[in-house]
Amino acid sequence: MARKVVITGLGATTPIGGDVPTMWKNALKGVSGAHTLEDDWVAKYELPVHFAARASTPALDVLTRVEAKRMDPSTQFAVVAAREAWADSGITEIDHDRLAVAFATGIGGVWTLLDAWDTLREKGPRRVLPMTVPMLMPNGPAAAVSLDLGARAGAHTPVSACASGTEAVHVGLDLIRAGKADVVVCGGAEAAIHPMPIAAFASMQALSRRNDDPEHASRPYDLDRDGFVMGEGAGALVLEAEEHALARGARIYAELAGTSVTADAYHITAPDPQGLGATRALKAAMFDGRIQPEDIVHVNAHATSTPVGDKPEYAALKAALGKHVDSVAVSATKSQMGHLLGASGAVEAVLTVMAIYDRKAPVTINLENQDPEIPLDVVTSARDLPAGSIAALSNSFGFGGHNAVIAVRSV
Amino acid sequence: MASNEEILAGLAEIVNEETGLATEAVEMDKSFTEDLDIDSISMMTIVVNAEEKFGVRIPDEEVKNLKTVGDAVSFIANAQA
Repeated sequence: MARKVVITGLGATTPIGGDVPTMWKNALKGVSGAHTLEDDWVAKYELPVHFAARASTPALDVLTRVEAKRMDPSTQFAVVAAREAWADSGITEIDHDRLAVAFATGIGGVWTLLDAWDTLREKGPRRVLPMTVPMLMPNGPAAAVSLDLGARAGAHTPVSACASGTEAVHVGLDLIRAGKADVVVCGGAEAAIHPMPIAAFASMQALSRRNDDPEHASRPYDLDRDGFVMGEGAGALVLEAEEHALARGARIYAELAGTSVTADAYHITAPDPQGLGATRALKAAMFDGRIQPEDIVHVNAHATSTPVGDKPEYAALKAALGKHVDSVAVSATKSQMGHLLGASGAVEAVLTVMAIYDRKAPVTINLENQDPEIPLDVVTSARDLPAGSIAALSNSFGFGGHNAVIAVRSV
Repeated sequence: MASNEEILAGLAEIVNEETGLATEAVEMDKSFTEDLDIDSISMMTIVVNAEEKFGVRIPDEEVKNLKTVGDAVSFIANAQA
């Protein structure tokens, strides 16, 4: 029998809160983290999108200046969230050779990379700083968290676009089950509110253009949805072998019952319209966690608010849960904080764990006219989840046809 | 061109910016590695920033000879002369 894995620490820095208590309070209230960007580069480059959801607490308010200087903004967010999760776990003594990290990013150090390119062109190679490579590398967040916590059982970086954060949780579960670590700090970080990624996502028609009304731009499942809203931040979870957590009398939020990762092999960006890859991922995560569809009370959906993306997820949920799909409280939290890309799955994992622990489903805002082709039971005001043994799912899908699902069960 | 005192003060600001060390800790007889605990990657950052600030060129092969803060101050002063 596989080792049971539990969640004992949570951390987050997001557009609706710089720590988990603030984020969770706002997630139950229903707020928008999207605002007009005041940066001069919006007008300078004539960007077609003028808004995004920035982290509500700048990383520089939390880290020291010298710490931050050696980190890309994505790594800064990772360290902020990981430190919160670690402190929250209450772990004081640990065999550092049995502590691992699995920290994802979707895009990596894009600010560092492009700043260095500007420096090279404007000032020449001598002015390109020596820390450029360790700051831009995609394993930067995982490496920084490993260094910060003294995690020596490996520092992994799953990269699967917008499924990365969820895949990191999947990797963490595998590491503990395989006996390669007793504790894993996993999560995802992203800091890509930079003119180039905005231009690129806008160019592929993925971003909402509701420039005159940013707070109502992210509207998953709404008939008037027109694309996602760029967000930034990080989420982190401390996964722990159950026996390890029990031995130290830890506070246990929930069990990480099962996870899965599949690939569509259908199209580089378009989701399989029937959601076949996502269906397989949902079924596999439930199988992995010995969970029946009837056990599921809540789903934190991927639901980015793009016209094409939201429907196949419904098809997949219906195929995986059958008739029970009508009885599941579905939350689309990107409506509040936008799409944190490689961090989204990690932050949504934190929200899913909080939903199970607190027995409340967070709010989906901006749903005014629900798409009749997506007749899910969407949570539009905070809702209590039932007593007894309950389980929840969190889905993430990424460009490249990546599907990742985690299943969380109450303890 | 700047006096040795001015170069020291400018260098101390660069070191403070990179490492967080107090500017008063950056004294002429202090070793970058032994006393100030500056690693090679920080040293290169300090060198690049010093080149920009003082308008000099510090060749890579010269950097290993800059053992103390005083070595760096002298090199910059000579390069400016």
